[in-house]
Amino acid sequence: MSPSETAHSWQRRHLLGTEDLAPAEIHHILDTAASFKKTLDRTQKKLPSLRGKVVANLFLEPSTRTRIAFEVAANRLSADLLTLTGTSSSLEKGESLRDTACNIEALRADMIVLRHSAPGSPLYLSRIVDIPVINAGDGAHEHPTQALLDAFTLREHLGDLTGRKVAILGDILFSRVARSNIWALTKLGAKVTVVGPSTLVPPTCTALGAEVSHDLREGLADADAVMLLRIQHERQARTHFPSLGEYTQLFGLNAERSSWLKPGALILHPGPVNRGVEIDSELADSHPSVILEQVTNGIAVRMAVLYLCASAARLASNADLPA
Amino acid sequence: MSAAARFLLRGGRVIDPAHGTDEERDLLVLDGRIAPADTPVPAGTPVEEVGGLLVIPGLVDIHVHFREPGQTHKEDVASGTRAAAAGGFTRVVCMPNTSPPCDNAGTLRSILDAAERKGVVRVHTTGCLTRAMEGAELAPIGSLARAGAVAVTDDGLCVQNNGLMRQIATYARMFGLPVLDHCQDTSLTEGAVMHEGEWSLRLGLRGWPSAAEEIIVARNLLLAEHTGAHIHLQHLSSARSVDLLREARARGVPVTAEATPHHIALTDAALAGYDPSAKMNPPLAAEPHRRALVEGLRDGTISCLATDHAPHREYEKDVELDFAPFGIIGLETALPVALEVLHRQEGFSLPRVVDLLTRRPAELLGLPGGTLAPGAPADLAVVDPDRTWTVGPGELHSRSRNTPWLGKELRGRAVATAVGGRWVYREGRILADNAEG
Repeated sequence: MSPSETAHSWQRRHLLGTEDLAPAEIHHILDTAASFKKTLDRTQKKLPSLRGKVVANLFLEPSTRTRIAFEVAANRLSADLLTLTGTSSSLEKGESLRDTACNIEALRADMIVLRHSAPGSPLYLSRIVDIPVINAGDGAHEHPTQALLDAFTLREHLGDLTGRKVAILGDILFSRVARSNIWALTKLGAKVTVVGPSTLVPPTCTALGAEVSHDLREGLADADAVMLLRIQHERQARTHFPSLGEYTQLFGLNAERSSWLKPGALILHPGPVNRGVEIDSELADSHPSVILEQVTNGIAVRMAVLYLCASAARLASNADLPA
Repeated sequence: MSAAARFLLRGGRVIDPAHGTDEERDLLVLDGRIAPADTPVPAGTPVEEVGGLLVIPGLVDIHVHFREPGQTHKEDVASGTRAAAAGGFTRVVCMPNTSPPCDNAGTLRSILDAAERKGVVRVHTTGCLTRAMEGAELAPIGSLARAGAVAVTDDGLCVQNNGLMRQIATYARMFGLPVLDHCQDTSLTEGAVMHEGEWSLRLGLRGWPSAAEEIIVARNLLLAEHTGAHIHLQHLSSARSVDLLREARARGVPVTAEATPHHIALTDAALAGYDPSAKMNPPLAAEPHRRALVEGLRDGTISCLATDHAPHREYEKDVELDFAPFGIIGLETALPVALEVLHRQEGFSLPRVVDLLTRRPAELLGLPGGTLAPGAPADLAVVDPDRTWTVGPGELHSRSRNTPWLGKELRGRAVATAVGGRWVYREGRILADNAEG
């Protein structure tokens, strides 16, 4: 299936989250991303799909890798980039998000990629502006492109995810990556178990469709993949667990514990990795780790998302698509 | 005084819970007061035909924020009392979290003076518990009492120090002033914007556990019991709070509570679209809590309704949910919402719903009004319980529009409101001849 065929059934101008995506829509993005991934190793890397279009990266919370990945993706599609970060925007001078967004639209940007600390802000923005809004992470709510690139990576290795078990390990309560992955992966048929300390893994997670475990061995048992989340230690080391040492002792992944997983199981991490905290340093670099593949796949997935939402908004050129 | 301190309301259904009245009869107002039932109607008395309508005591709200002084871009006494009149209210009690806070007799008098000049309904005000509402030192509660405070409260800033709260209760009791408490243990609500539960997890919003309210409710019940002070629990929102209160009241502890129309009508599911007009403190809770509040009102555990009318302007609320201020307006929607939830959904009788909005709140703070007693000032509302109307921005008399019912259709509305026998509101229009308004 090529993007030119599938694009017709993609109707969304905005990508706000994975919770409201249908399974077919997720497959659609992943299929489109697979086509784009093939172009990543060409000597001429640019595709003309978004030539003459302006993608505004509005990053109101510190982010390096997500912002860079969106920049690379937009560049590959020949878009022009407008980058506004928390420090360069006027929000620090008291301008509202509404006014900032309207100004970006008045500058004739064609799409906005938003990273923001406030949950729900992409939805809010999508009601204000007429141009597509892509959620690049909204507080503890959603980070849909991260979940889609994770799903893409899992699908590449495991094929159909139906019945596969994926453990998500770490800070679930404050994690947008966890939420988006629970929704995306369960829609693709996977069984998701969230694992971590009871202060960071509330029992209400079952309402999101995940199983809950506070026992690492039980949580990892027979998993086809484990997804580690970054421990944001500045904030939580004092209030949600006693110390990084105790966290690592209870929930850190090492070679021995990875043997509790299904043989050949994958290890994912959205980065940046705290080596020696949530994962043993050598294990992070070893064979079952697909952490750097995730980064590369993140470009393809974000190209697909930009392309599909632009198409739905009748912005993208249908000419010269990758075969 | 303008128009008709004398009139006859003919053919209405007169409901006066304080006297067990619920009957179709005429009501005569003479010299601004309710005339006894057998009084002959003087010749030339204007007659208002109110067949099919309810004639009830003017509603009483013991919890409003009129933002004067200091934040009059949101509301002031003029606009706030007009919103009250349009909602059928004739008497309101202002919270002291103004800017500066109402923690001294001078500020309190200035608010009452403003109400005298600009208000179209009767206004009382409360004073602070602590200086500058900082929760550290006692406010001059005796001076506030002498200046006319009807209760004391730090409203939105719950006193966290139990020792200080005990002193406050003991001291306020000397003046017979009820202590109104907004029950919130702030150590449990840091950064929280909505009820903690499935919805907060789903939306990625910081959750506010119901224990934050229950812990302070339990504290207050104990302090009321030990000190003998009347502690009133504002805007209850949790099922366990209702249980604790029920048990304490059964033992005769001098505690009372109010519930808001929004907490009995809505749940945390209203936050699903991150709507800032569903963000208030305490937050909307899950369905079992809502149910418990209704049952608490049914069995009398919760004494009355109060709106917590909290105006904020559109541009203040029109931001990311995390950054939006807490609070919604309520004066103009309280009656229809109460009728919908308590009468039509829950089967409360009309007199019972009226009671919760009139006599009960007035009695609770020892205020006059809330009845149609012969000889009492004619503070009353004429209500069409079945009129459907859309809460359009142009319909509202508040300076703010922050209500989750904006754009929604409601059923039931005050069609006219009189204070002291003078019509102040009629069919969408404010009639007061108050120059400064």
